[in-house]
Amino acid sequence: MFQINQLRVGSILDIPALTIEPQTITCINGESGSGKSTFLRLLNRMISPDTGTINYQGTPLEEIDPVTLRRQVVMMSQEPLLFPGSIADNLQMGLRFSEKPDASGTELAEMLRFVKLQQPLDKDPFKLSGGEKQRLALGRVLLMNPDVLLLDEPSASLDDETESFVLQRVVERVHQQQKTLLLVTHSKTLAASMGEKHLVFAHGTPRDVTGGISHE
Amino acid sequence: MNEIIQLQLWQLAAAYLFVVLLILLVKARGIPREKEIFLASVRMTLQLIVTGYVLVLIFDNPHPAITLFTLMVMQAFAVFNIYQRIKSPLTPALKRIIALAMILGTGASLFFFILVVIRLVPWYHPQYFIPLGGMIIGNSMTGIALGAGKLIDGVHQQRQLVEGALMLGATPAAAVRPLANSAFDAAILPTINSMLGMGIVFLPGMMTGQILSGVSPVTAIEYQIAIMLGITGSVTLTVFLMVFYGSRSFFNQQQQLELPAEPPRS
Repeated sequence: MFQINQLRVGSILDIPALTIEPQTITCINGESGSGKSTFLRLLNRMISPDTGTINYQGTPLEEIDPVTLRRQVVMMSQEPLLFPGSIADNLQMGLRFSEKPDASGTELAEMLRFVKLQQPLDKDPFKLSGGEKQRLALGRVLLMNPDVLLLDEPSASLDDETESFVLQRVVERVHQQQKTLLLVTHSKTLAASMGEKHLVFAHGTPRDVTGGISHE
Repeated sequence: MNEIIQLQLWQLAAAYLFVVLLILLVKARGIPREKEIFLASVRMTLQLIVTGYVLVLIFDNPHPAITLFTLMVMQAFAVFNIYQRIKSPLTPALKRIIALAMILGTGASLFFFILVVIRLVPWYHPQYFIPLGGMIIGNSMTGIALGAGKLIDGVHQQRQLVEGALMLGATPAAAVRPLANSAFDAAILPTINSMLGMGIVFLPGMMTGQILSGVSPVTAIEYQIAIMLGITGSVTLTVFLMVFYGSRSFFNQQQQLELPAEPPRS
């Protein structure tokens, strides 16, 4: 899906070579400030590298229209962002921004159940708790059904039980729909158990520790 | 009483008593502002005297080149004034857009007003062209300064939301649309308010001037209505151009949000 070569962003990121296979789940850990979010932002071209190349499905990123790319490679930021309007409006927002038809009421209600958010669709989302806002933002990107999902700590504000439950469901869904997922999580246990690939970032460089987390 | 009362020098001098009163008052209250008040009165007097004589010269020698040159000077002054009034960091791209929006927006409205509404013959008649141009440019200047300030502050403050929209596949235009709309709204609000209060809360300057110089109030209001609509048109056009193109200036070619490093002063 992604081939990365000699990538550098200031002193934040330095990736000599990395491949992300299609239809796989990659979990990413690392200290804060180790370049995890910067890495995700590079993949959907929210920022550009100083040097190096990223290929997406064999094509260099700079040859793909950024807006088209971001409709296929959708990112959810660490801070759950809310737009003015109801919970339903917020769920539709991703579809609307990417100029796709609105989801039906049933689909919206199903999505709320999927992310374990028991709230009415017409509620003001600004009244939700931190964890609920995060699940709403997660529901929004899942509704878009993109080819690649970049999730930056989508469960940071959730309790362990809900986190594990929601993430497990997301992983199952991604597998079922044969999509690609890059998931930044603070939990090493979750990262080691959920993905086909497990990267640990330190000082801007990822190390592949797939299957070897017990030696950490 | 159709003749205007000509002010004698001593009558004009008597009016300066108001300034003297103000200076005495701030002095007595210990407000350190006397110098500025004095300087402002002197500047106002000198600037108006010079303007008066320049206008006499222009009116006596009507020529399209002179009229257009005067318009350009007014435009340049207005654009410079906008740059000064906006406290947030202005990128060179946004400065260019502001200047272009002013020239195109006020130019189109002024020529429409002169050629279609007033049907001025000759079109460059400075007695009409210059004061009308001044009013259209002045009001558009205030509108753009308000709108651009609001737009820049909005994008800085809502940076995360704009980026969040981009991450969800929004085009830059869609990502900043709510901020652009609210900047446009803020910029046209004073014009709408001024239409609401016109004739009741205040009598506008042009109408007062015409009435003082002996023109029938009915003719004066006709001109006032026309110029008010012309001003509304010009403010709408200039602010729209600025907001429409200005909001795109925050994004680079890779459709990434790119803001100047310095945060806005709020």
